[in-house]
Amino acid sequence: MNIILEKKKLSEQVYMMKFSAPLIAEKHKAGQFLIIQLNKDTGERIPLTIADSDKENGTITIIFQTVGKTTMELAELNPNDYIENVIGPLGEPTHISKNGTVVCVGGGIGVAPLHPIIQAFKTAGNKVISIIGARNKDLLILEDEISKWSDEVIICTDDGSAGIKALVTEPLKQLCEQGGIDEAVAIGPPIMMKFCAETTRPFKVKTTVSLNTIMVDGTGMCGGCRVTVGGETKFVCVDGPEFDGHLVDFDNMMLRHKSYTEQEKTAKDKHVCNLDKKIKEIQS
Amino acid sequence: MGNKSSKELLEEIEKSELSVKERLEIPQIEMPCQDPAIRRTNQKEVATGYSETDVKVEAARCLNCKAAPCVKGCPVGINIPGFISKAAEGKFEESLQIIKESSLLPAVCGRVCPQELQCMAYCTVGKKYKDPMKSVAIGRIERFVADYEQSTGKTQVPECAKDSGKKIAIIGSGPASLSAAADLGKLGHKVTIFEAFPKAGGVMLYGIPEFRLPKAIVNAEVETLKKMGINFEFNFLIGRTRTIEDLMKKDGYNAVFIGVGAGLPKFMNLPGENLIGVFSANEYLTRANLMKAYDRGNVDTPIYNSQKVAVIGGGNVAMDAARMALRLGAEEVNIIYRRTRLEMPARAEEVEHAEEEGINFLFLTNPIEIKGDDNGKVNSVVFQKYELGDLDESGRRSPVPIEGETTELEMDTVIMALGNIANPLITKTTPDLEINKRGNIVVDEENRTSVKGVYAGGDIVLGAATVILAMGEGRKAAKTIHKDLGM
Ligand SMILES: Cc1cc2nc3c(=O)[nH]c(=O)nc-3n(C[C@H](O)[C@H](O)[C@H](O)COP(=O)(O)OP(=O)(O)OC[C@H]3O[C@@H](n4cnc5c(N)ncnc54)[C@H](O)[C@@H]3O)c2cc1C
Ligand SMILES: Cc1cc2nc3c(=O)[nH]c(=O)nc-3n(C[C@H](O)[C@H](O)[C@H](O)COP(=O)(O)OP(=O)(O)OC[C@H]3O[C@@H](n4cnc5c(N)ncnc54)[C@H](O)[C@@H]3O)c2cc1C
Ligand code: SF4
Ligand code: SF4
Ligand code: FES
Repeated sequence: MNIILEKKKLSEQVYMMKFSAPLIAEKHKAGQFLIIQLNKDTGERIPLTIADSDKENGTITIIFQTVGKTTMELAELNPNDYIENVIGPLGEPTHISKNGTVVCVGGGIGVAPLHPIIQAFKTAGNKVISIIGARNKDLLILEDEISKWSDEVIICTDDGSAGIKALVTEPLKQLCEQGGIDEAVAIGPPIMMKFCAETTRPFKVKTTVSLNTIMVDGTGMCGGCRVTVGGETKFVCVDGPEFDGHLVDFDNMMLRHKSYTEQEKTAKDKHVCNLDKKIKEIQS
Repeated sequence: MGNKSSKELLEEIEKSELSVKERLEIPQIEMPCQDPAIRRTNQKEVATGYSETDVKVEAARCLNCKAAPCVKGCPVGINIPGFISKAAEGKFEESLQIIKESSLLPAVCGRVCPQELQCMAYCTVGKKYKDPMKSVAIGRIERFVADYEQSTGKTQVPECAKDSGKKIAIIGSGPASLSAAADLGKLGHKVTIFEAFPKAGGVMLYGIPEFRLPKAIVNAEVETLKKMGINFEFNFLIGRTRTIEDLMKKDGYNAVFIGVGAGLPKFMNLPGENLIGVFSANEYLTRANLMKAYDRGNVDTPIYNSQKVAVIGGGNVAMDAARMALRLGAEEVNIIYRRTRLEMPARAEEVEHAEEEGINFLFLTNPIEIKGDDNGKVNSVVFQKYELGDLDESGRRSPVPIEGETTELEMDTVIMALGNIANPLITKTTPDLEINKRGNIVVDEENRTSVKGVYAGGDIVLGAATVILAMGEGRKAAKTIHKDLGM
């Protein structure tokens, strides 16, 4: 189980991996995620969205950015290696209905989880306008796949090296002003989701966001993933990961994200040091 | 017989047949423990266990009462005088065999049963002293004989009947599930345990800390099950990876046992409860136990650096979280409880141990607000003072807030140890499964649920209870399953 079949580097820090997980593929619906733990005794448990699944061949695709120790170690695995522990599909699927015109906004690595949602909205008969953003051209991912499933694609980069030089909220605002938008979905860094929700709020366009809190078990047991939504405490792993962006307390969520910053940095630095050592060993 | 060592006591005991009066005069043998100042810095077991001599002396305190009132107090009805008299004679293997007729996890229950509320509460010796803590130390003897088998390395793998051709799915791997699996395996059924975590044991593994229940003990039980041919599917979440309906309709299981525990942590809905530094005891203990966050050099799972900790609650979960926080380096740990020491549901021994280790207890106190700094980190907690009022439906005097009496104390960590309620994942994904108001699965007296072929037991049925009760339920369900399969 969980044998890696394919690995591709999509940009400087972003990798795609396809692995075998027939039971998870059979149940997967857009919006759901996995928890991966590379070593059951010493590894951290990290959540990753299921970017794609193939029910016939029993495979799952993940797309991840190397930000810390565990994602770096994951990126070091290769086809024919196993991912030791994978549990899923977790979380509630995206609520997909035929609604008219849907704007899907993805920022950075958030484009990956957006991909199956775009597919599902399109398949359900909606008109899909996608806005994808990245810091620069090299960090853009899945442009072709997104274009394939969208009626219209707007690309934004911070430096204008691809598409328009703008933040994703700018075209989102224009679309809202033009009218005719029935629903929006925004997935990306918390700050981006926060401002997307602020952009659509005056236009009363229902806006779904997908939250990426720190998690432990992913089954509702620990409460570590909790967020405040409409004044109530919700568990992202079982009640979410998707919520009404107009009700989420993003400021609290962003603070909670930093709970372990120091320890995470130590783990990453140690890992990088060890890597450097290994490289030096190989070179000498 | 005053201040004599157990060796001296044993010599006297072995001289002649003792009268009841003489037995009653033997003092209870204290449990040897690691020194509090040392143990608060390590994860090793606090109580180091009786020696052979200790056990023989303690066992000699048992009066072998004809009516054996103690048995009534044991939820699984272990033949207590039977196993104790064998232990007194030094026949530890025979002693263990007697326990194993009723209990599958003696090394666990001997350690974690709230004995003073169960077997010891009924013991004649304790009644004579008007103190259940002075009863025969039944659990300590039970623990010794169970450990004795493991130390000899002669653990027996039970024989299994020939293949019955029936497949049984067991969900979860806590004590309820492990005992159901053992019994069903012995009866010749093909048993598969589905567990969400990558390791088996349930709360015994991720909740109860190493310093109270070494994980090696739980692992040894799991290994025995594996040797019996029980199959384990880890990282498998029933309700998501597969539903109960799938197991029965697509995968050909003839029966399903649900032993998923009460895994949803309770919070208080206080202002500030979602600040950084507020944890459920489940999260704190899981990071520390299952993911070994205490082993800082070798493990990736981070754990919060705490100096001043408030643990809210008065049960075993609160004691465990508090003592874990101390061991992870906190300077000051406070247990905050709404009522008084008398009403605390935790095992008496754990409360004593916590006190010896230097944990503070603030009784008749409860938090009403958690305050944070600009970075969203906890920096103080506002507490309300209480007094005891009239008896409530639980038969305890209920706490009543004293108007206007609040205090604010500096804290950087708050751990909510208010107990657990039922996780709705299974019930939400299993149509027609009847649950009660609290979300617990409803079963008949033989542990059948409202869905044919589906059984349940342990905390998911009882609400947060005990290891021994969960184990008893698992065994009862196994019996019913066997019967209903027409065997
Ligand atoms: C439901 C869900 C779905 C996710 N899907 C994806 C995905 O498809 N692809 C992907 O690359 N990432 C995804 N994430 C984020 C991913 O889980 C984190 O990047 C990962 O946990 C980092 O682990 P690490 O050990 O490599 O880094 P760490 O050392 O743990 O952290 C390094 C840095 O990443 C930040 N970080 C830690 N946890 C998270 C988190 N949960 N979300 C965002 N940043 C975090 C830390 O604050 C720190 O700055 C998802 C998160 C959730 C909750
Ligand atoms: C910190 C703490 C201290 C305690 N101390 C004591 C004590 O000293 N003495 C005592 O007698 N009792 C104590 N208890 C209570 C005792 O541990 C429980 O009553 C007992 O473990 C319940 O057993 P169970 O078999 O019902 O379930 P659990 O032990 O809760 O095990 C349930 C298992 O099911 C798994 N699971 C849940 N949902 C799913 C799913 N959908 N699919 C697959 N797997 C699933 C979980 O991961 C878990 O492993 C304590 C509890 C805690 C939390
Ligand atoms: S199992 Fe628990 S209650 Fe029963 S005899 Fe042993 S310690 Fe006492
Ligand atoms: S009640 Fe106490 S003294 Fe009597 S048989 Fe039981 S353990 Fe022994
Ligand atoms: S990750 Fe533990 S409850 Fe959500």
